[in-house]
Amino acid sequence: MEQIATFIAYLVAAGLFIIGIRRLREAETARSGNTLAGLGMIIALVATLFVGEFTPDLINALGIGVGVLLGAVLGAFSAQRVPMTAMPQMVATFNGLGGGAIALVAVSEFYQGRATSWVAVITALLTVIIGSISFSGSIVAVSKLQEIALSGSVTFPGQQVVNAIIVLLILALSANVLAGGAIAEVVGLSSFLTPFVTILILLVASLILGFLFVIPIGGADMPVVISLLNAFTGLAAAASGFVLSNYALLIGGTIVGASGTILTQQMSSSLGRPLSSIVFQGIVAPEQDEEEEEREVHEASAEEVGSYLKNEAEKIIMVPGYGLAASQAQGAMYELMQALEDEGKEVKFAIHPVAGRMPGHMNVLLTEADVPYEQLYDMEDINPEFEETDGVIIVGANDVVNPVARDEEKQTAISGMPILNADHAERVIFIKRSLGPGFAGVDNELFYQDNTWMFFSDANQGLHDIAEAVKNA
Amino acid sequence: MEQLLAQLAIFVIAAFLGWELIQRVPPLLHTPLMSATNAIHGVVLVGAMLALAAGGDLFTRIIGFIAVVFAAMNVVGGFWVTHRMLGMFKPDWARKKKKG
Repeated sequence: MEQIATFIAYLVAAGLFIIGIRRLREAETARSGNTLAGLGMIIALVATLFVGEFTPDLINALGIGVGVLLGAVLGAFSAQRVPMTAMPQMVATFNGLGGGAIALVAVSEFYQGRATSWVAVITALLTVIIGSISFSGSIVAVSKLQEIALSGSVTFPGQQVVNAIIVLLILALSANVLAGGAIAEVVGLSSFLTPFVTILILLVASLILGFLFVIPIGGADMPVVISLLNAFTGLAAAASGFVLSNYALLIGGTIVGASGTILTQQMSSSLGRPLSSIVFQGIVAPEQDEEEEEREVHEASAEEVGSYLKNEAEKIIMVPGYGLAASQAQGAMYELMQALEDEGKEVKFAIHPVAGRMPGHMNVLLTEADVPYEQLYDMEDINPEFEETDGVIIVGANDVVNPVARDEEKQTAISGMPILNADHAERVIFIKRSLGPGFAGVDNELFYQDNTWMFFSDANQGLHDIAEAVKNA
Repeated sequence: MEQLLAQLAIFVIAAFLGWELIQRVPPLLHTPLMSATNAIHGVVLVGAMLALAAGGDLFTRIIGFIAVVFAAMNVVGGFWVTHRMLGMFKPDWARKKKKG
């Protein structure tokens, strides 16, 4: 009877997950969607306390209580403290923790010898492998985004060969576990390679694979990687649902695995590159330019920009990029928007799908700074408008407006990526620290265009100076 | 065997459902959506609780405990951060709607 009750509770939880995701597809209902999914989670967790197999002794019951409390406090604390600019790292961290947790659960199942049927063994193996890859891969992603270490594309000679050897090793170890240690016996290692030791080596090998899988991928592609690892953790959770015969894990994990995969595809298509080329090649290392000659740019002052915007421009589009997020200049951008609107100018914001470091990241940052939601335009909607725009102000963005991307022949890291047609506007104004290339390491042709003004400044200070200049011009 | 078939059926249906759920989502909501699904796979906490509950010796108690802490961080942090993120979308759209 209790079993039926928990089963129904799990189904209700799954239903709430689905409705929650459904509501997350629209901005108006998104927040309630998240709340509903959270409610589903609470139901699933409470129902678990009544599952037949849930019979903890006192120490374990205490451990669960303390563990949940500790994790909840740590999770809530970091989620509350993290600045909006570091959101991608935060999501990657939580994802890695989930992957690590489920890999440990599967190890525990093996250790206690509870994975007996072949289905349980196979799915537990998958759980260990995928969960570990997600764990170490997420750590690398966080390290890249936070610029702790391994930033850019890290490659070494023979990397593909090493990867292939590890994959083969993982397959061989898995086969040994499935065969109950019989393979180790054939090669004469049976005294050492017991099934459980095999699992531990498998765990380590998978961790290494996850690490090697992410290091060659450049920072600009990290959002796609995080989304992919998110789907991985979902799959690992689903696999553990088979091991534990638990429907909450099975349904919740599967939904995340499938929806995460689709989301990953949508993201990589907005980057203009097939998922496979991101995953298997990483970013093509930028060839150090053949001619390193100094090229002429037109350098402008804040006053020059301010008076142009006030006196000659009517229609203005702002293009924010990661540099804006990094220097926390959302507020200054809002200030400039207001100064321009006070002068009766029409101001719109063009948001590239991967502006910031995650799709949608820039929208979050700008709405946080009170920029009205309807002034934010997606790439497809705004691109035709650049033709009839007077001034484009590009703040801390680079790769997403680089015309080189249109030329698929060029073979740069961003070739084929859809870009904002900022170069079609009457005048292009860059607020940028230097002429340095963007995340992808490709020089930007737009800097040297005749109608481009470069205003060298920190994003925050630069926007503020221009806003002042507009007011005083 | 019967149970396995039932599980497989649920797996396939849930996979299609997840697939269908994420069609035509505006890029605006990609990050919150990823963050929310990230929180949902925090359901691994169910597995972690079951694993720790079954733990009999020091080894299983320790890895079970670590799993519970990790998974609880995934759940609570995941939903919390999504909630914060979506809060950013709230400023009165209606009030500031088109001035001219």
